[in-house]
Amino acid sequence: MEECKIRVLVAKPGLDGHDRGAKVIARALRDGGMEVIYTGLHQTPEQVVEAAIQEDVDVIGLSILSGAHMTIFPRVKQLLLENGADNIMLIGGGTMPEEDVQALILSGDAKALFTPGTSTEDIITWIRQSVYSGESA
Amino acid sequence: MHELVSRLLEGDRRAAARIITLVENNGQEKEQLLSELFPHTGKAFVLGVTGSPGAGKSSLVDSLVTHYRQQSLTIGVIAVDPTSPFTGGAILGDRIRMQDHALDRGVFIRSMGTRGSLGGLARATKEAIKVLDAYGRDIILVETVGVGQSELDIMATADTTLVVLNPGTGDGIQTIKAGIMEIADIFVVNKCDRDGADKMAAEVESMLDLGHGQNPYWRPPVKKTSTIDGRGIPELVGAIIEHREFATASGDFAERRGQQLKAEVSEIVEDYLKKMLWSKVGANAEMAQLLKDASERKSDPYTIARRILEVF
Ligand code: B12
Ligand SMILES: Nc1nc2c(ncn2[C@@H]2O[C@H](COP(=O)(O)OP(=O)(O)O)[C@@H](O)[C@H]2O)c(=O)[nH]1
Ligand SMILES: [Mg+2]
Repeated sequence: MEECKIRVLVAKPGLDGHDRGAKVIARALRDGGMEVIYTGLHQTPEQVVEAAIQEDVDVIGLSILSGAHMTIFPRVKQLLLENGADNIMLIGGGTMPEEDVQALILSGDAKALFTPGTSTEDIITWIRQSVYSGESA
Repeated sequence: MHELVSRLLEGDRRAAARIITLVENNGQEKEQLLSELFPHTGKAFVLGVTGSPGAGKSSLVDSLVTHYRQQSLTIGVIAVDPTSPFTGGAILGDRIRMQDHALDRGVFIRSMGTRGSLGGLARATKEAIKVLDAYGRDIILVETVGVGQSELDIMATADTTLVVLNPGTGDGIQTIKAGIMEIADIFVVNKCDRDGADKMAAEVESMLDLGHGQNPYWRPPVKKTSTIDGRGIPELVGAIIEHREFATASGDFAERRGQQLKAEVSEIVEDYLKKMLWSKVGANAEMAQLLKDASERKSDPYTIARRILEVF
């Protein structure tokens, strides 16, 4: 009888007003059968983490097209750790140079990053696989 | 005691969040968790907010939360949005309007998808209310899906229910047609910063002249609000207090809660019975044969149903 539904928080941190990608992702994940909590624009890292805790999501997805990714991802990761909530997977997307993507993944500040042009199918598949493998592990 | 329950009782919000998830997912621990929480429930005041999509339910919840926080009351919010019947997914966007409270530890907000339930709430909404009640919240606000025709669940869940309408819409007429007049303890004409609020309020009043609600001694007041400039919010809060006092004094409150409890118990019993019955039927060879007969038109559903009731 147990039904597990993947819950994802999609947020746009900072002053970045590019919300098209975030909305595209929110809709795609819904169509992929997930529950998407969309918190809209101008979120602080503190707000993102608090919402993620109350909503008990499996995944936080940050959409950043402002160039602020190198500060925001580490900050959110740090807050997750401080709150004992680093079981929540942190991913994201938007415009970011490849070397930044590699650096954030290497430092563990993001589990996966999807840059422009990634198909939403691929993103859905990745999230499903990662959440389910995390559970059985 | 379940570790999560003791953590919740100590005020750990992550435990509260986790318990809601387990209950929502119908997890194995659900029964134990809810049984252990039950003695700690019954203290919170549950305020329901219903009305068409876009009427301003989330914005109103936000305004009310601001008001209650000024009085240092602790708040739980449960906001329900529709789950897509095709994919099982949902976009839960009510939080967008409540961002001012995101960092206030006195406010716990949880979004839920309906997950196939049709009465305007999710199946697990009532249970989530209990979790936040045991967590010690003074007031729990519940925002329904607001599809209009099927918002009856909230009546069986909340202590006081607000029906939110907008000026210049067909909301008034729709309300009568949909039969949700009876749900309202208080009518709110929101967006009163727009034209037509007085007209809408008068329309609702004249509907009320024709008859209303569940208790003949409570005529639902009609309150005009604007969540943009805050107009009417204190008056609305006043009306909520009046309803609460009326319902307490008249015994409505106790009766409503009694009925809710009874409904809950019978739901659980029916659930068990169903599961028990069908697991037995499923394992029975005669029944399999009967069903096969029916599909070949040698028997019929009524005959089979009678036989099932005889045997089990
Ligand atoms: C459309 C657009 C705008 C629109 C935004 C409309 C809106 N509401 O979204 C408007 C015209 C308003 C705009 C304004 C500006 N823009 Co502009 N804009 C773009 C543009 C052309 C396309 C962005 C877009 O919508 N793409 C479509 C969506 C679907 O793609 P996406 O967001 O990339 O999402 C995909 C992936 O990145 C990923 N993804 C994204 N988010 C997430 C989240 C999760 C959880 C996951 C899993 C995946 C994921 O999945 C998606 C699907 O593949 C880009 C250039 C580009 N080609 O990217 C510039 C761009 C982003 N803009 C840029 C700039 C500079 C600006 C302005 C500052 C310009 C100015 N000087 O005024 C302003 C700032 C506005 C603000 N307040 O923030 C720069 C940013 C540079 C940087 N990062 O350093 C870019 C890169 C252009 C450039 N090459 O210079 N912009
Ligand atoms: N003019 C005006 N707009 C409002 C008011 N309250 C809410 N809104 C707007 O109505 C829209 C829907 O509000 P929301 O709270 O999300 O409605 P819900 O779908 O019923 O939860 C948003 O664009 C709000 O900004 C109000 O009092 N006046
Ligand atoms: Mg809403």
